[in-house]
Amino acid sequence: MIKVNHINKTFKVAKRKAGVLSSIKSLFFQKFTKVQALQDISFSIKEGEIVGYIGPNGAGKSTTIKIMSGILTPDSGTCKILDKTPWLERIEHVKNIGVVFGQRSQLWWDVPVVDSFELIKDIYRITDAHYEETLNLLTDSLNLHDILKTPVRQLSLGQRIRCEIAASLLHNPKILFLDEPTIGLDAVSKIAVRNFIKAINEKRKTTVILTTHDMSDIEALATRIILIGKGQLLYDGNLEHLKEKYITHKKIIVDHYEYQSKIDLPYTEVLKTTPDRTILSVNIKEIKVSSIIQQLSGLMEIHDITVEDPPVEEIIVDLYREYEI
Amino acid sequence: MKLYLKYLKIHFMSQMEYRTAFILLTIGQFFVPFLIFVSMVLLFKKFDHLMGWTLPEVALIYGIIHISFSVSEGLARGFDSFSNLVRTGDFDRLLVRPRSTVIQVLGSKFEFTRLGRFFQSLVVLTYALLHINIHWTFLKILYLMLIVLSGITVFIGIFILGAALSFWTVDGLEIVNIFTDGGREMAQYPLGIYSKFIKRFFTFVIPFGLVNFYPILFLLEKSDKSLYAISPFFALIFIMPCLLIWQYGVTHYTSTGS
Repeated sequence: MIKVNHINKTFKVAKRKAGVLSSIKSLFFQKFTKVQALQDISFSIKEGEIVGYIGPNGAGKSTTIKIMSGILTPDSGTCKILDKTPWLERIEHVKNIGVVFGQRSQLWWDVPVVDSFELIKDIYRITDAHYEETLNLLTDSLNLHDILKTPVRQLSLGQRIRCEIAASLLHNPKILFLDEPTIGLDAVSKIAVRNFIKAINEKRKTTVILTTHDMSDIEALATRIILIGKGQLLYDGNLEHLKEKYITHKKIIVDHYEYQSKIDLPYTEVLKTTPDRTILSVNIKEIKVSSIIQQLSGLMEIHDITVEDPPVEEIIVDLYREYEI
Repeated sequence: MKLYLKYLKIHFMSQMEYRTAFILLTIGQFFVPFLIFVSMVLLFKKFDHLMGWTLPEVALIYGIIHISFSVSEGLARGFDSFSNLVRTGDFDRLLVRPRSTVIQVLGSKFEFTRLGRFFQSLVVLTYALLHINIHWTFLKILYLMLIVLSGITVFIGIFILGAALSFWTVDGLEIVNIFTDGGREMAQYPLGIYSKFIKRFFTFVIPFGLVNFYPILFLLEKSDKSLYAISPFFALIFIMPCLLIWQYGVTHYTSTGS
């Protein structure tokens, strides 16, 4: 469905020093430096996949999304989405895609939401029947009943994002690009948005590509992640495999009856200890968690035990560090 | 076209959310240019005519160029303020919609307060038409409308040209105002009063002369050159290269970060 092959993209960035004088100077002489935004990026995505596209700020996530949605032209490489090249067949291509930029609104600020929707209906030439049907569906599943008649400027961020998502789906696109859709949302709205994305993916087989810095988005939604840093593709695979590969330590929380002595176990570090609770970090590349638990139960009387994976955030931070990005 | 009207509608509804500001701005747009005309009248009180042009004749030239300007500025404001779309990155949004960029940029902004300027131009034009000695026929009225239309086209062309510049540079676009505001100020007087260089520039490069001075020479029977008569048609062609440069510019669009 989506095939990206050896995409390269550089940007020219105007360089100038701070200060009024140099800004006047730059009017006449401008120096440019080239920044490699994307370097030989290739991947393909099948219909119905939800792909989390992650990487630190400035890694090239948005640039990739913009190339795939036909906004930018790459320097070299090919990209075929539903057999179309986005930047060459822009108008035909964009009929198939919906794009949500979390930080930017596509709704008209001063008029009720439904008026924006109707303008979008005309822009995409959606027939009345289709429009009615899709709008009803979206209104129900995103719970928009009460806010359709409200001017956009009076909506809360959570309400607005729900409307943004609905606006991007009115024309029933086969592919949905979400650029940081949950940025700034509270927990309830976040979960609502996630559930909706999941539902639309299951019901309509909509392919979803989302960029985010919120790893809980990825955990809740993505079956596959693509990690990019400094313009290079670093990892492409499922989250489980990433965890297997990169989790080196697990946390064990032990609740026990009074125990004061020092704990000294192989490949294990004591993070925190109180008379009735001990938190340990175990290097699982060297020793099994079960073996540690066994040794612990020999030392003390345990009444509860919890084993935790480190949060995905930490894995990602480790990954960034490993790749020096 | 239908889509353009829909854009017009939604912007009008937005504008009506701020009624007081709208009314005040419209009144301002009426009086500011009107004062320029008043000062023109005062000048003519002292000097009977301007190099052979009487007050009603100059008023005709003035009225026509101001009508063209107010209509084009009102309807093509999207291009006039296009650098904002680029700077904020909102142009991205237009590119992911299955319509031409031209119609979408046109629809991105309207300036309804220009109605004020439009009405002051109508007032001046009415004054001119009432006082000019001319035998009006249906064809002449049609021709007058053609002149206005060609004027609108040239202004829109310049707006598009200026907008296209922002694909290469985000700042330094004030230069375009020399041609829009400056061109309007210049073209409200008969082009014949200016020096040779200015005359040539505004005939062959930025064709403001073609959309009021030459055709009006013909209309007022001050000249019988047929080339002058068809000059508005050349002005209509002016928009073609502007659109081509625009299309070329779109492929150079580099978007913003994030």
